[in-house]
Amino acid sequence: MVPKPLWLLAELTYRCPLQCPYCSNPLEFAGPRFKHELTTDEWCRVFREAHALGVLQLGLSGGEPTLRPDLETLVGAAHELGLYTSLITSAYRLTEARLAALRQAGLDHVQISLQAADAELSDAIAGAAAYRDKLAAYRATRELGFPLTVNVVLHRRNLHQVEALIRLAESLGAERLELANTQFYGWALHNRDALMPTRAQLDRAWEVIGRERARLGSALEIVWVLPDYHERYPKPCMGGWGRAYMTVTPAGEVWPCHAAGRITTLAFTNVRERPLDWIWHQSDAFTRFRGEAWMPEPCRSCPRRAEDFGGCRCQAFLIAGDAALTDPVCSLAPTRHLVDAAVAAGERAAAAEPAAPGWVYRAARASRALAAPG
Amino acid sequence: MSPAAATTVPRLHAKARLARDEVRGRDVLLYPEGVVVLNPTGAEILRLCDGSRSVASVVAALTARYGAAGAIAEDVTAFLDPLAAKGLVVFGPPAPAP
Repeated sequence: MVPKPLWLLAELTYRCPLQCPYCSNPLEFAGPRFKHELTTDEWCRVFREAHALGVLQLGLSGGEPTLRPDLETLVGAAHELGLYTSLITSAYRLTEARLAALRQAGLDHVQISLQAADAELSDAIAGAAAYRDKLAAYRATRELGFPLTVNVVLHRRNLHQVEALIRLAESLGAERLELANTQFYGWALHNRDALMPTRAQLDRAWEVIGRERARLGSALEIVWVLPDYHERYPKPCMGGWGRAYMTVTPAGEVWPCHAAGRITTLAFTNVRERPLDWIWHQSDAFTRFRGEAWMPEPCRSCPRRAEDFGGCRCQAFLIAGDAALTDPVCSLAPTRHLVDAAVAAGERAAAAEPAAPGWVYRAARASRALAAPG
Repeated sequence: MSPAAATTVPRLHAKARLARDEVRGRDVLLYPEGVVVLNPTGAEILRLCDGSRSVASVVAALTARYGAAGAIAEDVTAFLDPLAAKGLVVFGPPAPAP
């Protein structure tokens, strides 16, 4: 029996005042494919169709979702359906009044990103002066009674701050701290050499987390998103392809995850063309890698295949050139040497700093330049 | 986390919401980035945890419906304690005597 989705990530816009070099949005986010954003009515229809399909959790993301002036209306529509709704925001220019209006509309949970533990480094990574707004929004969020998640993407330039980040999240009264090691898709893949952590950094951070978890108990949940290039086995990406999760992009394409649009060998369907139910059950993008029939060796006969689902299809495509291969992160994959080479390149770049190559900020001009042919 | 005393008053944490999953015909507890699937008994226990009943009176209400008080007290504790460890249920102080 085909499973039903539990999660919908609604990427409301790819416009964003921040320029984080690890952004998971597509490199060509500023191009024509994502330009004609869904209207308020179209999003409300998507939420209704998602709810009827079995979705219980909704993430409102982007880009920066608060740039949508109809955000309160969208939250209200989701709330009326009973969806548990999370806002995933940078909090840039996010005022207490706006947060109060979102609370009123029925928003359940707020997740605010942070780039580093201090203003100077945080703003340097974001490519925008956003740190002060973030701290103000954290406090407003707590005062309004929202559960709060602080999300930090970790990489070579901020991994040394793990302890300071935990202390900061604790002082802000957060319930959850997501310490998410960079996953290399989108802009992060483009900037991989500049972001790749060293083994020594990861070991040190892991030690700190063990100690701090013991100290904090259930007062602050610390989520550590694994640095998968440094692991032996792949992550169970999205809990399996087309099993629990779907992403709708700003202009209405539906993807099995927020990175899948890069796989050029899949055909994606738009909510403007077909109902979500059809897309989930019938579309090429969702059916191609659902279940186990597509699996090559070593996955096909591997006892771990029901746990990790062969890993990540996007990673197989981006690193090994074929989405139907075993995730190259797996130590059993014939293409694992490509991941080892990327890890080694990161170690070399770290040793060469400060002369190591810098990163390209995620910005519309860079996006158009990267998407240009030649 | 130590087991809940019978006089404490359990309630859902503000971040958690009890909901009906119509598509799959079951009750669920929703919270940031997570879903706990409930069996009918679990859902019934949580509906009784409305912030006015102590653990003992939740047990008493269930016993009145089903009998077998000893086993029910154990079931309620075994159900609530892991949810409390996840921060989804909190135990308030006993209500003052009327």
